[in-house]
Amino acid sequence: MALNIPRRAGRRRLRRFTRRDTVVLGVLLGIPVLLDIVIVWGPTLASIGLSFTSWDGVGDIHWVGGDNYKNVFENYPAFWPAVRHNVLWLLFLGLIATPFGLFLAVLIDRGVRFSRFYQSVIYLPVVLSLAIVGFIAQLILGTDQGVVNTILNNHENPIDWLGDAHLNIWMMMIAASWRHTGYVMILYLAGLKSVDPQLKEAAAIDGANARQTFFRVVFPTLRPVNVIVGVITVIEALRAFDIVYAVNKGRNGLELLSVLITDNIIGEASRIGFGSAIAVVLLTVSLGFIVTFLVQELRGARER
Amino acid sequence: MAQSSLKGTVVPEGTSGHRMSRRNLLRGAALGAGALTLPALLSACGDGPGGNKNEVTVGSNASDPVPKKAYAAAFSAYEKKSGKKVKVNTKDHNDFQENINRYLQGTPDDVFMWFAGYRMQYFAEKGLLHEISDVWSGFTGFSAALKEQSTHSGKQYFVPYYYYPWAVFHRKSLFQSKGYQQPKTWDDFIALAKRMSKDGTPVAFCDKDGWPAMGTFDYINMRLNGYDFHKSLMAGTEAWTDAKVKNVFDTWREVMPYYQKGALGRTWEEAGQSLQQRKTGMAVFGMPHPGTQFPENERDDIDFFAFPEIDPQYAQDAVEAPIDGFLVAKKSKNLDGAKALLTWLGTPTAENTYLALDPNNVAVNDGADTAKYSALQKKSAQLVSGAKQISQFMDRDTRPDFASTVMIKAIQDFIGNPKDVDGLCNSIERQKKTIFSSPVG
Repeated sequence: MALNIPRRAGRRRLRRFTRRDTVVLGVLLGIPVLLDIVIVWGPTLASIGLSFTSWDGVGDIHWVGGDNYKNVFENYPAFWPAVRHNVLWLLFLGLIATPFGLFLAVLIDRGVRFSRFYQSVIYLPVVLSLAIVGFIAQLILGTDQGVVNTILNNHENPIDWLGDAHLNIWMMMIAASWRHTGYVMILYLAGLKSVDPQLKEAAAIDGANARQTFFRVVFPTLRPVNVIVGVITVIEALRAFDIVYAVNKGRNGLELLSVLITDNIIGEASRIGFGSAIAVVLLTVSLGFIVTFLVQELRGARER
Repeated sequence: MAQSSLKGTVVPEGTSGHRMSRRNLLRGAALGAGALTLPALLSACGDGPGGNKNEVTVGSNASDPVPKKAYAAAFSAYEKKSGKKVKVNTKDHNDFQENINRYLQGTPDDVFMWFAGYRMQYFAEKGLLHEISDVWSGFTGFSAALKEQSTHSGKQYFVPYYYYPWAVFHRKSLFQSKGYQQPKTWDDFIALAKRMSKDGTPVAFCDKDGWPAMGTFDYINMRLNGYDFHKSLMAGTEAWTDAKVKNVFDTWREVMPYYQKGALGRTWEEAGQSLQQRKTGMAVFGMPHPGTQFPENERDDIDFFAFPEIDPQYAQDAVEAPIDGFLVAKKSKNLDGAKALLTWLGTPTAENTYLALDPNNVAVNDGADTAKYSALQKKSAQLVSGAKQISQFMDRDTRPDFASTVMIKAIQDFIGNPKDVDGLCNSIERQKKTIFSSPVG
């Protein structure tokens, strides 16, 4: 036939998946799917199931229906403060630490003197784990032997930075922001470096001032970075745990959902059903963010 | 922890390229993934080595240097005597406690260190401990009270090793130089606290760790309402909304103005050091707490008095004296070795060996040698032997889930805001009802 070549191509397409291909693809898809089910979905569903039971981790599992949720919401004094603290944490990182990181990135990007030096110094805390940041915070803010109180020399009436329930959460958020800001700064710096300078020139020729150039031209082109930074900020706020656990086990003003889960499930207490109920609450909140993010991303991808 | 993520199974994206090389790449990735995950899965199933009859393993929570050294000496004395090997696995004191459930269900050591009373009985009830009544039948020198603290529903599980009393500790020299007198009654105690606060050396107080303030609660409760009330309150049979409980908090509030400020940000170590540095006047502590924070040559300066009397009806009858000792896990691999070690640990010699290096505790066995006791140890032994009742401690006399998830927060809340006693007691009672209604085991 005359149309030999296209037909061959067509046959090739039909035969693209040989049996071997199918097996290889099946195995390669199967392993991640299996891992996903075993490591992610299995425990998630188990948590949801356990949240309707009473179990101490050793004996029989007793079905208690929605009692755990009722107790979490109505009869657990640490729960609502923990929710408040998680929200506060999110707002603080989102409204203060993240914009501050962007601000530093813009400053450094404009080429202040010693910008390399500032860049390294501000980025340095990012290499520390949050637990270490917690230990550092204790050295600085301890009541009797901390650096700040030693400098203030207030033995008579020391400021209880980490023990005062109205104060310590702010100290923790500042310490966490110390690390978060550097992270955000580096991400934005990379983004800013990739902004086409011609855009800025064009804006300048059109008569835009520096502020307008940044907010109307540069910032919108940073959209991919903004999305990543947004996701990171939400994740950091929801998983905040190690820093408060290092400071006072997340008690007395430092309650967070993650800490309550750990306290109930892992500690000597072993209220596994009850702790799972709190975990499900955290899961629901996380799903809210994840779904919003995915919807945004998928919609954006379709538009592009 | 929250930060860990799964790495190692990276499946590369299929991009356009040479067919064969892509397939090779994929095959390589599949093999790589298998190679990474398989050994991990296999090793998770393995049981590890075990069953060496000449070696007995001991799970230790004695992570502080002084007890750690003392235990090492005791175990090496046993090794020398029996010709067997003792392998000690020391974990951080608090971590050990918090992980106890998983520890006992995983691969526990043959013998492990734990606490007497309810906190032991709870795990016996769950079936995680091995009965050692046969070992107990050979013991001499333990009082009936000690046996009771080691027993759960008629069977013995626990070998007591030492105890330490809780009392009000202070520096002898500070009391002499300022002319302070050891108070007998609550009014004198408040007057002394007031004076100390005025002199710039307030009463040391700390509760960052969550448990130290429980000692003060227990004592006020036992002085006001008696030991029996303490027992049944801890067992969950009395209501926390009872006027008697509110009275405890109200009485406690009387001394609060004279405490060191910022208790919730202070660890017990820091409070102990402030006592040593003469920045504070006195503190309600267990015996090892100031003891381990004082340098060795200043330990003779530590003195204590029994917690003052509040209601003459109960006087100073009860003493809080937690007992530490040893248990055998149900999953112990070398039961005979464990029992042989426990038999030795229940002897006066074993206690002497330990206490020679850790003078912050007192022996439980009547046969132990008290000649080498420091003045403080002698006084402690007297305090306890003169007690009509001995309590353990709030977190040892009640269910661990109640102590750790309810009472730590409740007492910290009270310290942060001492005014709202009614709301606090209502909240404790509501939580108590849900926790005590869930079954053990």
